[in-house]
Order: sequence, then C-alpha cells, then structure tokens
Amino acid sequence: MTTSPATERGGVTGRAPWPLVVPALLGLAFLVLPLAGLLVRAPWSTLPRRLAEPQVLEALRLSLVTASLATAVCLLLGVPLAWLLARASFPGRRLVRALVTVPLVLPPVVGGVALLLVLGRRGLLGQWLESTFGITLPFTTAGVVVAEAFVAMPFLVISVEGALRAADPRYEEAAATLGASRWTAFRRVTLPLVMPGVIAGAVLCWARALGEFGATITFAGNFPGTTQTMPLAVYLALETEPEAAIVLSLVLLAVSVVILASLRDRWTSSP
Amino acid sequence: MTGPSTGPSTGPSTGRGAGLRARLVVTRPSFALDITLEVAAGEVVALLGPNGAGKTTALRALAGLTPLSAGGTITLDELPLHPLPAERRPIGMVFQNYLLFPHLSALDNVAFGPRCQGASKAEARRTAADLLRRVGLAEQASARPGRLSGGQAQRVALARALAVRPRLLLLDEPLAALDAHTRLEIRSHLRRHLAGFDGATVLVTHDPLDAMVLADRLVVVEHGSVVQQGGPAEVARRPRTDYVARLVGLNLFRGVADGHRVEVGELTFSTSERPAGAVFVAFSPAAVALYRSRPDGSPRNLWRARIDGIERHGDNVRVHLAGPIAAFADITPAALADLDLAPGQEIWASVKATETHAYPA
Repeated sequence: MTTSPATERGGVTGRAPWPLVVPALLGLAFLVLPLAGLLVRAPWSTLPRRLAEPQVLEALRLSLVTASLATAVCLLLGVPLAWLLARASFPGRRLVRALVTVPLVLPPVVGGVALLLVLGRRGLLGQWLESTFGITLPFTTAGVVVAEAFVAMPFLVISVEGALRAADPRYEEAAATLGASRWTAFRRVTLPLVMPGVIAGAVLCWARALGEFGATITFAGNFPGTTQTMPLAVYLALETEPEAAIVLSLVLLAVSVVILASLRDRWTSSP
Repeated sequence: MTGPSTGPSTGPSTGRGAGLRARLVVTRPSFALDITLEVAAGEVVALLGPNGAGKTTALRALAGLTPLSAGGTITLDELPLHPLPAERRPIGMVFQNYLLFPHLSALDNVAFGPRCQGASKAEARRTAADLLRRVGLAEQASARPGRLSGGQAQRVALARALAVRPRLLLLDEPLAALDAHTRLEIRSHLRRHLAGFDGATVLVTHDPLDAMVLADRLVVVEHGSVVQQGGPAEVARRPRTDYVARLVGLNLFRGVADGHRVEVGELTFSTSERPAGAVFVAFSPAAVALYRSRPDGSPRNLWRARIDGIERHGDNVRVHLAGPIAAFADITPAALADLDLAPGQEIWASVKATETHAYPA
C-alpha cells in the first residue's frame, strides 16, 4: 500500500478519473471495514482470560493439528499429482486437471455430503474400510483431516503445477545425461527448483484447511475436542456467547495476517 | 597437464572399433535427419551447419534425449548405445546454456554425476574438487552458478560432464553464450582439455572458427544430411556447398571441366588443376580484380559484371557482383576510391588462373 506502483511503472500520470476512484474506495472500505469492526468490538479487557479458556485452547489445538496433517496429506499426494499434470502426457490429462480443480469451486457442504456418500459408514469405500480395517472416518478427527484435505488440495496442486511448468525441463535432461534416473532427477533437481512454489502452495493449502467449515461440519460433525475446529467453535459461540465468537475470530484473523505477511513477496507484490 | 588423469577408463579405449559409430535417423513431420557419424576414441568431430540443419537434434539423439526413428543405431566402443535411456549411457554433455543446477554449488554440480553413479558423498566431492582444480576453478568451488561468470560457468559445465568419466563427450555450441574476449580464452582452454580426453568427442557449432580450432574433423550438416566432411584444411580449401563456401569466405561455382578449361554457365574458366567432368570452381574474393574498362592483353577468366552492393569487410571493401555469375570481390578502400565504384555500375572482373581451384564435384 505504501509503495506506489504508478511511479514504479512510469505509466500515465495525472488525476485518476472519479468513475474509477469512487468504486475503488468503496470496494476497499467493504473489504476493510468488517475487519476493523472485529477489532473495535473485541472485548480487549477480558481477552487474555477468554483466550486461556479450555474450549478455546482445545479448538485452537485441534485446528492447528488437523490443518497441519491435512497439509501433509496434500503434500504427499498433491506434489506427485502436480508433477503428473505438468510433466507426463497421457490421454485425458485436461479432464484430470479439470477434476482436480472441482473442489475449488464446489460448495464445501456439497464436498462434505459427497465424502459422506463415499467414506461414510454406509459409503462405497467406507463400508469396506470398516469391515476390512475397522476404520471409520465420519465424525472423527481423522474425518476432519480428510474433509480439510479434500477442500485444500487443489490450492497446492495448482500452485505446484504452475511452478513445475515454469521450471526449465532441460535441467532434468541435464540430470539424465549425468546418470540420474527420473526419480533422482525429480528429488535432487526438480523439487529443489520448484521449492518456493511448493512452500507457497503448502501455506495456502494450510490456510484453507484452517478456515474449512462446510465440509468439516457435514462430514465430521461438531464434537468439542474431537472435531470442533476453530471455525466451528466460532459459529457455535455466535449463538450462545457472541463475545467468545469475536475472540475466536480475532485469533483466526491474526493467523491469516501472519500467513499473508509470510507470503508478502509472492502474492501481494505480483502485478 | 591433463592426459592420463581423465581417470582409469574401463572401456577398450584403444584397439579396433573403439569410438563412436552412429547412424542417426530422426523423422518428424516437418524435418528429417539422417546422418552417419564415425568418431574414433580421442578424436574430436565438429558438426557444423546453419541453424535448423539438425545438428542439435543429432547431438540429442546421441545423448538419448531425442528418440531415434527406425533404422537408427549408435555403437560406442562396440557396444550398442541406442537401446539405453540417457541416464545409462556413458556420456557427458555440455549444454548450450550449461544448465548448471542453480541450487547447487559449483562443487556439488560437478559431484552430481559421480553421486548418481553410486559414489559416496565424500568420494564424489573429492572427484569434483580435483576436476575443478584442473579447470582452474578451485577457488569457486563453493560458489552458486549465479555468481559465476560466463567463462567460469562453461568450465564448470565441462568439469561436470567429465566427472562421469564418459566414453563420449557431447558439446552443444560450447562457446556460443560467451562474449568475444572470453570466447578466445575459453576456446584455447577447451582445446587443451579436449586434447587430453581419451574418448570420442562430438561438438556442435555454427561458428567455423570454433570448429576449425577445436575439431580434428568437420562434418557439415545441411537440411538433415551430411553435405561434406574432412579435415579443417581440406574443408576450408575445397568447399562443396554455398554454405561452406560462405563460411570459409570463398566464391564457389559448379562447372564442367575439360582439360584446363571449366565451363561455368556461359563463362569459361582456366584453372591450375586439370580435372575432368563435373567440378567445383573456387577462388578467394581477394583474388578478383576489377576494371572500369576492358583490360588490355585479354587476361583469361574475364567477365562483365554489375555491382550489386558494396560493404565494409574487415579492413577491406567487399563488392557484390551480379551478372553471369554471382561473386564477391574484396578490394582495398584505396582501389575503391581509384575506381570510383557505385552500385548498379557495369564493370569488368577477372581472376588469375593460378588462383582458381577446380576439384571434382
């Protein structure tokens, strides 16, 4: 906000036209005011005590753990998937890429319903999982991780795929002439080269998982200590204890700001 | 200073059949490459040709980065190479832009190959440090590629390619990315190292000077086929295509010989040699004399030409001649002033028989 892109780019100077300036300022106010309201209405005097309440800490701990686990799952499955989309050529690749981005535009509640139909106790895979391994996912902490990973993975895949496409494939050829198998070339050359993209994707993925609400409440329910993550706690608190909801929201806001700051160079300075 | 330290070679580096024999066939919808290449162990062969001739495709096919089409075979030290993927071929390759791994130090770039071949980390680094010392970059071992100059990066790329103890060294335009001054220095550096390498070397370039200095033999490729090959002196003296003639700076024509006389179109040339049948006629632009009016004493090899253009050429002036044959004449700026030449003008041109070479086409 402090650096002026107009002076840097040396574009047309002069007064900005009001049909652009007025809606722009309105838009800015629309984005900033609710956050300011959150800060204004926050019960600052009782904040430390409320933050130390066991339910808050429990929800925060659960959110951090499940979001991190979901990110780990996304990294484990999403990076290879991104590699496949960027490097391998197979029939139907365009379709696969479209499918990968579906959870991005799908309403999360629909995602939760879909997960229930497949992984629920009576679901296509869930039935088999329970009878063979005795694993049930719905309404468990593992279910939270599954719901969050389902919603957040596209963010990682798209970010890593973009980085892989931008990376020069000739480095992999150079590695091959030096005796590296494709796996070695990926591990020792490609992955380090696209690491900034992987990190950015992982942070984005983690932030999305942390804020996940719809799929989680549908697939995993809202049980304090097991499946009640921060967003769920905020929603519940709003009905019973609005001030607690504000406190919880402030915590999530703080986490978002930290994420934005850590990605500052990557996202906010791009043209 | 190099020599045996290239490492104990496991392959039969001497003896019959050592080296490369390849028929490189690559067929694409818009392009077809079909060349035969033989390079003895210790020999340096330059693939020379214009852009798009297929030189780099040939090199990539040797490396296993571009698949061969039906009919293609590669044999290295009597072992078939073409069934192997790139990572299993005993090759070292220096890429045009070097492609040093930007996240690794110079040392780790060079150690990458030995590591892939199963050497321990310490062992690979020892090999790499030794090679960096040999290319004169011991002090840059810990530098990332981004901090190396063009010449240094080229030397690291060479060290990295040699670190895998290849039996076939492939160099793609190894000097093209360097500025003129560095190029001179790196060219002689590269020449020393190639002389000390006991495997076969194939080098791709479009620069005739690089090819002449670095290679024992030139293979000229145009439109996916070999159009001429031979020692640098032979190619320079007896070009067989317009492209090669331009590269080495000669006027080149096809004609039909009968004794000392060669018919080139409607002109008749007298030459020093006595070939017969279809021949090439070549002469240097500097051997062409220009006259405003028809010279007395009727010198041979005289023709009427029109000046198509005049341009600087080193210290001299190059005059483009149109007429019965299209030729270049190099004259001094003083001669240009004396003759008062201008484009469009009609003049007389001649070349001495002793300066005109004819050889079988």
